[in-house]
Amino acid sequence: MPFIPHTAEDTAAMLARIGVADIERLFDEIPSGLRVNEFDCIGKGLTEAEISRLMHERASADKQPLCFLGAGAYDHYVPAAVWDIATRGEFYSAYTPYQAEASQGTLQVIYEFQSMVTSLTGLDVANASLYDGASAFAEACLMAVRANRKSESRRILVPRTMHPTYRAVAQTILAGQSLELVELPMRDGRTALSALQALATEEFAAVAVQQPNFFGALEPVDELTDWAHGHGGMLIAVANPIALAVLKPPGKWGADGADIACGEGQPLGIPLSAGGPYFGYMASKESIIRQMPGRIVGRTVDLDGNPGFTLTLQAREQHIRRSRATSNICTNQGLMVTAATIYMSLLGADGLRQAALACHANTRALVEGLTELPGITRAFDAPYFHEAVLRLDRPAPELLGALAAQGILGGYDLSADYPELEPALLVCATEARSGGDIQRYLQAAADLLFESGRATG
Amino acid sequence: MTMTEPIIFEYRGSRRQPFTPLSEVPANLPEDALRQDQLLMPQVSELQVVRHYTRLSQLNYSIDTNFYPLGSCTMKYNPRICNRLAMLPGFLARHPLAPEEQGQGFMQCLFELQQMLQQVTGMAEVSLTPMAGAQGELAGVAMIRAYHLSRGDGDRRQIIVPDAAHGTNPATATMCGCEVVEVATRPDGDLDLDALRTILGPKTAGIMLTNPSTLGVFERQIEAIAAAVHDVGGLLYYDGANLNAILGKILPVDMGFDVVHVNLHKTFSTPHGGGGPGSGAVGVGERLRPYLPVPIVERRDGAYVWADESDRPQTIGRLSTYMGNAGVLLRAYVYLRMLGDEGMQRVADFATLNANYLMTCLAEADFELAFPERRASHEFIVTLKKVTRDTGVKAMDFAKALLDRGMHAPTTYFPLMVPECLLIEPTETESKQVLDAFVASLVELRELAYSDPQQLTTAPHSTPVRRLDDVRAAKHPDLAWRGAPKPTSK
Repeated sequence: MPFIPHTAEDTAAMLARIGVADIERLFDEIPSGLRVNEFDCIGKGLTEAEISRLMHERASADKQPLCFLGAGAYDHYVPAAVWDIATRGEFYSAYTPYQAEASQGTLQVIYEFQSMVTSLTGLDVANASLYDGASAFAEACLMAVRANRKSESRRILVPRTMHPTYRAVAQTILAGQSLELVELPMRDGRTALSALQALATEEFAAVAVQQPNFFGALEPVDELTDWAHGHGGMLIAVANPIALAVLKPPGKWGADGADIACGEGQPLGIPLSAGGPYFGYMASKESIIRQMPGRIVGRTVDLDGNPGFTLTLQAREQHIRRSRATSNICTNQGLMVTAATIYMSLLGADGLRQAALACHANTRALVEGLTELPGITRAFDAPYFHEAVLRLDRPAPELLGALAAQGILGGYDLSADYPELEPALLVCATEARSGGDIQRYLQAAADLLFESGRATG
Repeated sequence: MTMTEPIIFEYRGSRRQPFTPLSEVPANLPEDALRQDQLLMPQVSELQVVRHYTRLSQLNYSIDTNFYPLGSCTMKYNPRICNRLAMLPGFLARHPLAPEEQGQGFMQCLFELQQMLQQVTGMAEVSLTPMAGAQGELAGVAMIRAYHLSRGDGDRRQIIVPDAAHGTNPATATMCGCEVVEVATRPDGDLDLDALRTILGPKTAGIMLTNPSTLGVFERQIEAIAAAVHDVGGLLYYDGANLNAILGKILPVDMGFDVVHVNLHKTFSTPHGGGGPGSGAVGVGERLRPYLPVPIVERRDGAYVWADESDRPQTIGRLSTYMGNAGVLLRAYVYLRMLGDEGMQRVADFATLNANYLMTCLAEADFELAFPERRASHEFIVTLKKVTRDTGVKAMDFAKALLDRGMHAPTTYFPLMVPECLLIEPTETESKQVLDAFVASLVELRELAYSDPQQLTTAPHSTPVRRLDDVRAAKHPDLAWRGAPKPTSK
């Protein structure tokens, strides 16, 4: 009986105290017709040793290729201390910190996390996290519509250069509240500022922009921010937090800065782990904080005047406001935030900046090496951070397949999301890739391209 | 007793050795795209970081350190082996967009988890993608809407929730563009079926229920409720918050539910992590199957593959960037495989035994039960309204005083309709010894309420901080460290 501590004597004594003959009697309020006769779901339970063996087999069946794939999830180096500390039972097995006096550890971690997010984004306030980058973007759209007092519009202008899944998830979540996402076209891998002219007389609650965008390219964020504000809209920044160690923070974009910043927190110490759990971060200007979704922690004082932390501004939330809450979010991604806070503390400003620059340099080395090969060119001229799009002379799966045979995860095939670019490949080399790793990629690509060049030539 | 730990920014130290090699190539980024100001981050050594966060962890109450009878949250033991196995390098290093053929071991776990959750709920198919209970609810209500819309029945916008429902239920209905209609509960804890019948009609989209309900009792009229809702063309949504009480005993499908969400972080013992990550897998009957959120793992020709929008054109769409909280799903998978069929039923058996035992002990000690004629499910409600009337000591004071005795407080003031209530859920992983100690503490606290009420109204006394000034926190929000010391007012 795994995890149940009762001895036979305990059970007997407890049943006697309740005054029933057996446990079955405790279910006597349930209509008998509803009871399962034979529960046959997964068979016999496994011992710890058996499940351990099974999971080791499953995990080792999965290949661990050398990763040059990004597209929203990045293979950064995670220092050992991050998860050693984050999985301490006191963090791992605590609940949402409703009882503040019994949760000061979690609460202070969140306060420190909020502080770090405001630093990264250059905005005033941040929340305790949302589920992931895509759902954070959806929540940011809803927040902008609520917060924009100048406009009744429920339309958000979203560039085609934004992560395709972020747009898809926003569509799912926003459909119920009749928000409309209007696509802003692209040119040379960036948002086409020229397209704004045609939209000058239309009304939008907000304009969104991703920095760096899905292609890794740097967007004209100042111009977009000023245009949004000039047309009565808010500006929603979706930004990679590692990139913000070196890039201009959203709070400084344009004349007045972005109103809301959000994004995927995974680069901050969270393993790739097949897609989750990650976390979404969100920050905003102080003036619109009452429209922010999710938990927020504040520093205050206790009865003795000593500093302490508590959940605050809870009148926004579902457990108080019910059907009129800013969002239905309850549980967020607390443990991931704990890891991210430890990660940022370990790296510090210099470490984050060094990691960001090393990603940029490694990707440059990869892109420059690959574009020296026949049949590979850069798709766009725009400056990029740690990802770039390569145009190929053949379908991407051909190259990716050859790389996979060499144990290399070579990038993201853009043909399904962006058929207009075909054939094109999105590549990324983080700071965790070595010079030798990059050479392996270049060699494997060269072998394929020169070999097929000989075959056809 | 005050045990404060400085803010990490207040430490000074340095770390000379970077974690990864430095770049030797100059950056090639345009000047106007760069950060001009200095990034404000902690500047500390590795030991300072480790010591700081270890100390902070020690300021928490947690399942690993304290009894945690938080009603409706199912704070049971989170087995260490689940964490260990979910963090195997093969799983952690997998990129979510890596080819399916490089992740068959991982996908097999997910496929089998989908099947197990189908069996446990009786549903036709399950999607694992929702990242929390509230997202599962959103998926469920969105599917109900999609179903009605597909039948040209778009006027059905009313979602009925009991007055005792968890706040996420009405908040979710609003997020899905629905109108919330509350239905009352009778004094015996069951739903007011007559009141429900007057609400039901051509505008009914569906009803959201937990069973056992948030009042800690089993809704005995569930079959009649299901029939009434189905008769008017509505659907039934099962909020799986309390599935622990009936695991392997009753299937939601047999109660008439069309769609369910399961909180893996409650019933299947994945960690709460100080507020997430959770996981809110959704299951549906045949009618709603086309609308399930994607991606879903399918088995085709002996291989595991992702089914996406192209395979399921009527899907409500995606809810997460990739495929949900994979690591949480792996932990739940390990837990379920360890329990087996018998183990799952024992979860319900002993969760129910512990709750009824605790309820009996407290009733014998003259604590007033909210529903004295009823069996407890896996949780039950005590109301302290008489103590409050006699002494002025409130449920919140009991909650705080329990912290002084090394126990986390039960849920207080929820459900909202029971005055001065404690919603107590011991879970199956607590021993009789722990339950007896909890009863003794509550008895002692009630004596104190009459003899020395101030001890309770000023509690807690032994926690890292005492009661916090929530009004000040909300009126003068201090939400981020700004570098300058803040004066503290007395």
